[in-house]
Amino acid sequence: MDVSWIPGSADLVVVIVAAIAVVGGAGAALAARRRGPSARVDEPARASAPTTEPATAPETTTAPEAPESRLSRLRGRLGGGLGASLLALLSKGTLSDDDWDELEETLLLADVGASATDDILAALKARLRANPDADPRAVLREVLIEIVDPSLDRALALGPAGQAAHEPIIVVGVNGVGKTTTVGKIARVLVAEDRSVVLAAADTFRAAAADQLETWGARVGVPVVRSEREGADPASVAFEAADRAREGGADVLLVDTAGRLQNKAGLMDELGKIVRVVSKVTPPVEVLLVLDATTGQNGLTQARVFAEVANVTGIVLTKMDGTAKGGIVVAVQRELGVPVKLIGLGEGADDLAPFDAEQFVDGLLGS
Amino acid sequence: MFANLSDRLTATFKGLRGKGRLSEADIDGTIREIRRALLDADVAVPVVKTFTGNIRERALGAEVSGALNPGQQVVKIVNEELVSILGGEARQLRHAKTGPTVIMLAGLQGAGKTTLAGKLAHHLKGQGHTPLLVAADLQRPNAVNQLQVVGERAGVPVFAPEPGITRDGERVKGNPVKVAKKGVKEAEQRQHSVVIVDTAGRLGVDQELMRQAADIRKAVEPDEILFVIDAMIGQDAVATAQAFQQGVDVTGVVLTKLDGDTRGGAALSVREVTGRPILFASTGEKLDDFEVFHPDRMASRILDMGDILTLIEKAEKSFDQAEAARMADKVSKGEDFTLADFLVQMQQLKNMGSMKKMLGMLPGMGQMREQIENFDERELTRIEAIVQSMTPSERDNPKILNGSRRSRIAAGSGTQVSDVNSLVKRFEDAQKMMRAMSKGGGMPQLPGQGGGAPGAWGGMPGGKKSKGKQAPQRKVKGKSGNPAKRAQQEAAARNRAATGPQAPAGSAFGLGQQQQEDFDPSQLQQDLGKYLGR
Repeated sequence: MDVSWIPGSADLVVVIVAAIAVVGGAGAALAARRRGPSARVDEPARASAPTTEPATAPETTTAPEAPESRLSRLRGRLGGGLGASLLALLSKGTLSDDDWDELEETLLLADVGASATDDILAALKARLRANPDADPRAVLREVLIEIVDPSLDRALALGPAGQAAHEPIIVVGVNGVGKTTTVGKIARVLVAEDRSVVLAAADTFRAAAADQLETWGARVGVPVVRSEREGADPASVAFEAADRAREGGADVLLVDTAGRLQNKAGLMDELGKIVRVVSKVTPPVEVLLVLDATTGQNGLTQARVFAEVANVTGIVLTKMDGTAKGGIVVAVQRELGVPVKLIGLGEGADDLAPFDAEQFVDGLLGS
Repeated sequence: MFANLSDRLTATFKGLRGKGRLSEADIDGTIREIRRALLDADVAVPVVKTFTGNIRERALGAEVSGALNPGQQVVKIVNEELVSILGGEARQLRHAKTGPTVIMLAGLQGAGKTTLAGKLAHHLKGQGHTPLLVAADLQRPNAVNQLQVVGERAGVPVFAPEPGITRDGERVKGNPVKVAKKGVKEAEQRQHSVVIVDTAGRLGVDQELMRQAADIRKAVEPDEILFVIDAMIGQDAVATAQAFQQGVDVTGVVLTKLDGDTRGGAALSVREVTGRPILFASTGEKLDDFEVFHPDRMASRILDMGDILTLIEKAEKSFDQAEAARMADKVSKGEDFTLADFLVQMQQLKNMGSMKKMLGMLPGMGQMREQIENFDERELTRIEAIVQSMTPSERDNPKILNGSRRSRIAAGSGTQVSDVNSLVKRFEDAQKMMRAMSKGGGMPQLPGQGGGAPGAWGGMPGGKKSKGKQAPQRKVKGKSGNPAKRAQQEAAARNRAATGPQAPAGSAFGLGQQQQEDFDPSQLQQDLGKYLGR
């Protein structure tokens, strides 16, 4: 081997290309043989969805439940989970090593994540050392609140109602987190606040996604802009909706996008295009990332990538009504500083609550 | 920042090389790293606990072999344990002896049940079954509609007597239990061999809906109850799996959304908690993105080790089949790999996406992470330009490249003569190696290349990541430790593959019979490592 030769990237490429050529060659040849010519089934062209006639008369919409009662419900649900065990732990007074271990485990079990848990415990330890007489529970509350940071603005950044400003809100996220449902719920809240809303069904990929949104639109009584055929360019649907929102003098344009995994570069580019195209009419006031509360540490990656592509301004944490603790909130906010703005608590139309840091932590601690 | 477990462990064991046996303190450090890696991969806390307990026991008892450094030894143990938990009793779908086989799908909202129903139907249809999809999800708006579209795409009939929620009411109309029952009856009448019942998503804590699921189960007496779970799920996997296990007594698990970059520790948790095997993995939005689950690849994924198999799969997908077959023929016939071939391969490679990502998937590339980070994707274009500046005869026979030709090529491609020289030199090395391989006469012997035993992989300095992953498999396959002999075996396997009937399709997610073949690329990569000046 040529000793004087210093490896450069050009050579790296040659070697890698050769390697992959063989890999691909062997693999593909095998695949071809394995499948055989007749076994190959072409995916049938994406068929158009069975169209259903839109209902003309929207249902009468009732105002959503008052936020206070929803919050108390939220607190009740949260208090039972993480809160109860922490409470039991912390009311013991002084903490032994076992207690620390248990505490760590509790945080880990809530999907807070290993590094965030370490930080929280370190902060708690430091403060207890500085002030050994302090009530550990109060200190933990402090630490948790500091991490969740109540000073962040968690309201949707919308102007006053009735200005016909057609402000766009774009809802993004991976598959199956509840984007369409969230769009429907937000629409309902906005309608209850006397805003006029236009929904854009920019999920042209998933079967019947536009139908699902139309169902929500009919429930809430707002128009839905959708493509006639499936598989249309979502950006064109979004633009058309933005255009219609401007002409119709709507206050808010809510764009529902297709679920996309954050490691699919093509789909993320598509999302970037949707955001750009909508920005041509009016720059979006909010890009909401929908995160499933059951999501584990991958939630962080999701938040990071979506923030890069679509400049996420807020997070909606859904499915908080299950057994999931939603600790990923802490990790995401710690990493990206993007606040959680809304919480989804179920499938009902009113099961959407504003996120409140102090009450959230109080809920965790069960006080 | 350590990217994966083997890197972490390598760091933990720095300076421990000479030790023949791991002390308890060493083990403790190791266990901490393993614990952290598993937690980062979303493996549930109780599962991590028992798991690390097992590892500790084994690691304490294990003699460190001369071939492996302690870090590698531990990774090997961890990997073996993971595979044994994940792999236990891999099995096929159970089919009913008489009448239609009933498969019921259950899971949380948004886990991907409806999409999976279509994929499963498509998969079964490919096996010669006549599936019927039954739309028993009357809860979510337009779920029935979605299933109908999915069914249409898969070319499978859908039984949907109730429209579910479409637009008018918020009240659930129709009874999913009755729908499911009617669906099975319908299938009996119309002589379908498989019935797939798509149920509504439900939370484990929702007593009412769980009871409904149990009722459906009672009504249709399914042969398989598949628990569909999102691979991205975190610690909640345990609670959810338990709830479904108690509620409907699942018989198998399907992991969805594995095409994301989640590490998928949930697989381990669910397997451990329910004791039910993972039967399938769903890896994309298209109908045929559906595979039989393979534990060894999942284990590597949880540990975040290089994934040569994913790479192969990607190559399979994006490479032109005919071209690839021609290439493989060429290699096995002992013809020379020419620059023209190289150009074609490189262009196909571009279709596969980012080079950086692909490099990251190669085992052992961790050592070169920095180099990869600094890698300029445009380098590919430059090399392409150099090759394109050659005449066809130069591409077929680089030996004729004299000084004047080289300077012409450099001028034509806007590069320096030294770039051309370097490319030609590297290419000749690669060519030599491929020639040796295709002859089946043995791998080119290089210093430090001892053979197929795991230890020999250390020909590259530092820990080799894939060791743990590859070693146990090799034993199973009975491959020779002698490189020359192994190459012969591989050549034989290749011939067999060319002539004999093939194993069933769908094994892309792991070890099919073709595995022997799949290994020479990774072996090749090891050798290529030498050319990187390492």
